[in-house]
Amino acid sequence: MTTGLLELVGVSRMFRRDGRDVPALADVDLRIARTSFVCVVGASGSGKSTLLSLVAGLDRPSTGEILLDGNPVRGPGPDRGLVSQGGAVYPWRTVERNVAFGLELLRIDRAERARRVGWYLAETGLTALRSALPKQLSGGQRQRVAIARALACEPDVLLLDEPFGALDVQTKEDMQLFIRRVWRDTGTTVLMVTHDVEEAVFLGQRVVVLASDPGRVAADITLELPEERDLDLKRTPEFLALRARVEDLVRTFHHAT
Amino acid sequence: MERLVSSDAPAVSTDAPEVGSDVPGVGSDAPERTTAQRPPTARQLFGALPRRRPARPPGTVLALRTPLRGRTRTVLVLSSVALPLLTWLLLGATGAVDPRFLPPPGAVWAAGVEMAGSGELFTDAWATVRRILYGYGLGVAVAVPLGVAMGSFAAARSALEPVSGLLRYLPAAAFTPLLLIWLGIGEAPKIALIFVGTVFFNMLMVADAVRQVPIDLVNVSYTLGARGGEVLRKVILPYALPGIVDAVRVNFAAAWGLVVVAELVNSQEGLGKRILLAQRFTQTDKIFAILVVIGLIGVTADIVLRITRDRLGRWVP
Repeated sequence: MTTGLLELVGVSRMFRRDGRDVPALADVDLRIARTSFVCVVGASGSGKSTLLSLVAGLDRPSTGEILLDGNPVRGPGPDRGLVSQGGAVYPWRTVERNVAFGLELLRIDRAERARRVGWYLAETGLTALRSALPKQLSGGQRQRVAIARALACEPDVLLLDEPFGALDVQTKEDMQLFIRRVWRDTGTTVLMVTHDVEEAVFLGQRVVVLASDPGRVAADITLELPEERDLDLKRTPEFLALRARVEDLVRTFHHAT
Repeated sequence: MERLVSSDAPAVSTDAPEVGSDVPGVGSDAPERTTAQRPPTARQLFGALPRRRPARPPGTVLALRTPLRGRTRTVLVLSSVALPLLTWLLLGATGAVDPRFLPPPGAVWAAGVEMAGSGELFTDAWATVRRILYGYGLGVAVAVPLGVAMGSFAAARSALEPVSGLLRYLPAAAFTPLLLIWLGIGEAPKIALIFVGTVFFNMLMVADAVRQVPIDLVNVSYTLGARGGEVLRKVILPYALPGIVDAVRVNFAAAWGLVVVAELVNSQEGLGKRILLAQRFTQTDKIFAILVVIGLIGVTADIVLRITRDRLGRWVP
């Protein structure tokens, strides 16, 4: 249970701005256990997205190290699937072929690929839309495609970067239930970045609060909420108390330099 | 929620002065507002702004970026073709302009039919089209890979963009004498002229189309396990393809202009050459007929490329 799958050890990331090195992240230590669901919250400027880019391998830390199963992360790879706010689905590929993208790069036979794609389409409720083009989909459906596409590569960690940030409130809540279910059905590990505290508390088993300027870990809270969660949970006193606690932390550490 | 509001709301107003910024929601400057004298509001501070009388709603034709009604559109489209044609017919019929300068449509049609009948029209048209196919085809074959490289690799961009951006502004027609000296008087200088006159434009426009590929799409491909070459082949190229075809379509018009210039200088056959011969004998009806043929071939090619682009870009939102 507590085997550290993903480890960030003393991770900092500097950016050069106006001839000075400005830290976006400073000395972040984080351990994400296998099969856990961890949410990272923080105000804008807290380096949330930088953190995810580093884990994804799209960017390199200035100092420190990121380890996946003990091996240092050297670049992007299918063991760390990434879903961004816009989803970045391939607009010329149908839903089905979007989900198949990662599998098409591997030496697996057609039947096996079809079997896997079929499973992820069913899991994400996209079977009926398998031949649709992304332009025919709603924002929520596009995010499902992006999530299914990442999951089809069997990532050790699914990295979600504000995946529901552009959706309307109702769709967002549907997607929150959806990602909880998918997480449990696939047995994957989720590291999600969001600025929405309610979302973080509803989804995560753990919430990591980042402070701004420079981004650093301000608090790490293990949530004592039931594993079976529905939307009614958001109205319970326990949930509201946790939410208020995290919100206070986010506010306190927003520009508290 | 209600419980929170009812218990917290009074607490905020009483505690605000001491707790200050720790209290969520109410700003830290709240105490000044309530205890000290309120500063004047913006409304009290400034006089009323002058108001402009509301704009009259524009008619359908003058409304900015508003689609036209179907009928208005049809009328405008038809009249854009019909009006010049009608003017031409009238000028010819009334004899207001000397027919040697502006031959009537009937005479142009007759000249065209005659040239078609003798077969020279087809020989000339084919000679011209063939030059374009070679010259422009070669240009596209060179420009697309280089443009894709310029759009994908910073190194290729640094190496190629300055030089192609410069050479693009050298008027291709001015190269004609040089090309004749270098390549003789056969087909080579004509093909080379079309090549020189289009390749740099195509390179830059293809590079631009390639740079439209969102970086998110490239990045996510890496996280799905794609390698550099695979990203280029399976992500960048498919995304850029409609834009590339569009660039090729736009620059095709330039190729037409250049082939006629090339033929005016030195050639045995070709539509441009035929225009030059007709000018020698003041056969304006022939010149007009050839211009119409050039226009028709050009429009056909444009439509074909447009359909190709639309078919390749069916996925474009």
